[in-house]
Amino acid sequence: MEGKTYVDDIDRSIYDMKNEDRDAYRLQEGLTASIVEQISKTKRDPEWMRQFRLQSLEIYNDMKIPDWGPSLDGLSMEQIVTYVRPNTKMQAKWSQVPKEIKDTFERLGIPQAERESLAGVGAQYDSELVYHNVRREVEEQGVIYTDMESALTGTYSDMVKEHFMKLVTPRDHKFAALHGAVWSGGSFVYVPPGVSVEIPLQSYFRLNAPGAGQFEHTLIIVDEGASLHFIEGCSAPKYNVANLHAGCVELFVRKNGRLRYSTIENWSKNMYNLNTKRAVVDAGGTIEWVSGSFGSHVSYLYPMSILKGEGAKAEFTGITFAGKGQNLDTGAKIVHSAPKTSSYMNTRSISKDGGVSTFRSSVVVTKEAKKSKAAVSCQSLMLDSISRSDTIPAMDIRTQDADIGHEAKIGKISDEAIFYLMSRGISEEEAKAMIVSGFADNVSKELPLEYAVEMNNLIRLEMVGSIG
Amino acid sequence: MSNSLIQINQLTVCVEEKEILHGVDLEIKKGETHVLMGPNGAGKSTLGYALMGNPRYEISGGTIYFHGKDVTAESADKRAKEGMFLSFQNPLEVPGLSLGSFIRGALEQRRGCRIKLWDFKKELKQYMEFLQIQESYADRDLNVGFSGGEKKKAEILQLLMMKPDLAILDETDSGLDVDAVRTVSKGVREFQKDKDRSLLIITHNTRILEKLDVDYTHIMVNGRIVKTGDASLVQEINERGFEAYLNQKQ
Repeated sequence: MEGKTYVDDIDRSIYDMKNEDRDAYRLQEGLTASIVEQISKTKRDPEWMRQFRLQSLEIYNDMKIPDWGPSLDGLSMEQIVTYVRPNTKMQAKWSQVPKEIKDTFERLGIPQAERESLAGVGAQYDSELVYHNVRREVEEQGVIYTDMESALTGTYSDMVKEHFMKLVTPRDHKFAALHGAVWSGGSFVYVPPGVSVEIPLQSYFRLNAPGAGQFEHTLIIVDEGASLHFIEGCSAPKYNVANLHAGCVELFVRKNGRLRYSTIENWSKNMYNLNTKRAVVDAGGTIEWVSGSFGSHVSYLYPMSILKGEGAKAEFTGITFAGKGQNLDTGAKIVHSAPKTSSYMNTRSISKDGGVSTFRSSVVVTKEAKKSKAAVSCQSLMLDSISRSDTIPAMDIRTQDADIGHEAKIGKISDEAIFYLMSRGISEEEAKAMIVSGFADNVSKELPLEYAVEMNNLIRLEMVGSIG
Repeated sequence: MSNSLIQINQLTVCVEEKEILHGVDLEIKKGETHVLMGPNGAGKSTLGYALMGNPRYEISGGTIYFHGKDVTAESADKRAKEGMFLSFQNPLEVPGLSLGSFIRGALEQRRGCRIKLWDFKKELKQYMEFLQIQESYADRDLNVGFSGGEKKKAEILQLLMMKPDLAILDETDSGLDVDAVRTVSKGVREFQKDKDRSLLIITHNTRILEKLDVDYTHIMVNGRIVKTGDASLVQEINERGFEAYLNQKQ
């Protein structure tokens, strides 16, 4: 039995669907030490992880909910069931995945994406990985691509222990602590020195059970001189209960390594997306973020790059689309802490039907970071007079010897431009969609073709209410 | 009357509640080329926008019949689909939308079907060569960073690709150098080759008209057409300007 959820503003039927709740078992609602113990036991955590979870829970209980951003009042922690395990074990063969789950993935286009020769698929259904397949050629290169649970006990367990939540610690903020206590699922990737992974690795996260949170952990280590493109895509069905996503992404780029991390997030419109992403880059290395934030009720998302080796580079390209009832607080942080580091932030935000989009940028240049360069460019487009767009730039520059630029533009969609397109036979809705897609092309240009198409479809879905 | 392409009856147009056109009558038949001249601020461009259906230009009275159908209340995209085209005096810039994909999208809307990329590219290339537009411009963002002349050539490129029944050219020659005017004029002549197509050329100078066949010339002053004549009227304006008409205040 599969039912479409009711959506008042636009037809999101291809994204908003839910399957009958048929989970093997669920933990009682609310979070206590015994629940965390239970999670740890079920997951067969090593002892250090069990302790880590319990410590994180203590920190979580001590910390306050952030009060500087969009309201989180609608988020009832007691209601969030933190751990939902699907009725299936991890499977390597597509044919063994249960039909119901398969249908959901099929509608999201995952098998197609794989057919189109993308590297491996690690798709997370609720809190466990149900389908995981790494292409042989990637394995042959010595690349490790596995789910986090296996990584904890596998050959690379020491490496995981050494890096896990070291970049984003549980003390970072309340939801990082929560993540530390209840994290489940996610991916571990290790690319050995000098190895170039030619095809992008991708994973698809999806929430399904009502009231279930999602706390997947992504840990990627790109060793010296290696390179990787990792793609993360998210979509979730819509429910009445407040849903929470508090994932964590930790990226380590070693000397002269290169990592591109692309995300299209499309959460259902009741979701609280409180995600933490961070990268640290050694000398000569490069981190490139490509980020599209769609959906969710409230988002707090500010991927951070720490440029700690000489000549390290960071590039952040992002788009945020806030529609009716959405308050999306996004941005990026860059810390320059070594000489000759450089960064470029290029973001667009769109607000429509009363949506609120806030862009926060933070650039820190320490006194060690001489001859560094940082440039920030952010543009906002408001599609009507009831929507809001704010830009909050912060810069903390501790050396005279740095080259810093900042540019911000906030504008409304031009009626004359809409008329211009209409005078060529293009409908008003279509004209607006074309202008908005064009505005978002900083991101779509950076995405692999099929993802760019998906993003344009998302924009069309938001603008026109259909996929043409 | 079956020959009539557009018929404008007693059209009054307001912009921000101020009446700019005070009852304009004009009929253009299939295959005819009309020139609309007049001093700055006479309301020429207002007529162009109102015919095309710019919502900022509110029609407060009168009717517009196109192909025998009342289009007075129709939106711009519908008028375009029925075969109307406006070449803009100041074409707008649309970042992220390439000239080529814009034209293709517009053509698909006009014809109501997908257009094969190969056929489209071939035709586009031909016209781009004809108008001396560099091929790379097809992939550039629509009008972004185009010079004044390039924007106008891009408008004529759209005209030739879209093949409308009625083309309204709003000051297509203004601000162009001699070479660009020549190219634009060449494009307009190419459009005229099909004897069923009609033109309304809005201009306040006459360079663009030198090599074109003109059937009628209208003089607009203060929101009214004060004089209609044949091609020789262009010559007269060339020699004596609008002086004689400015004093005809009603």
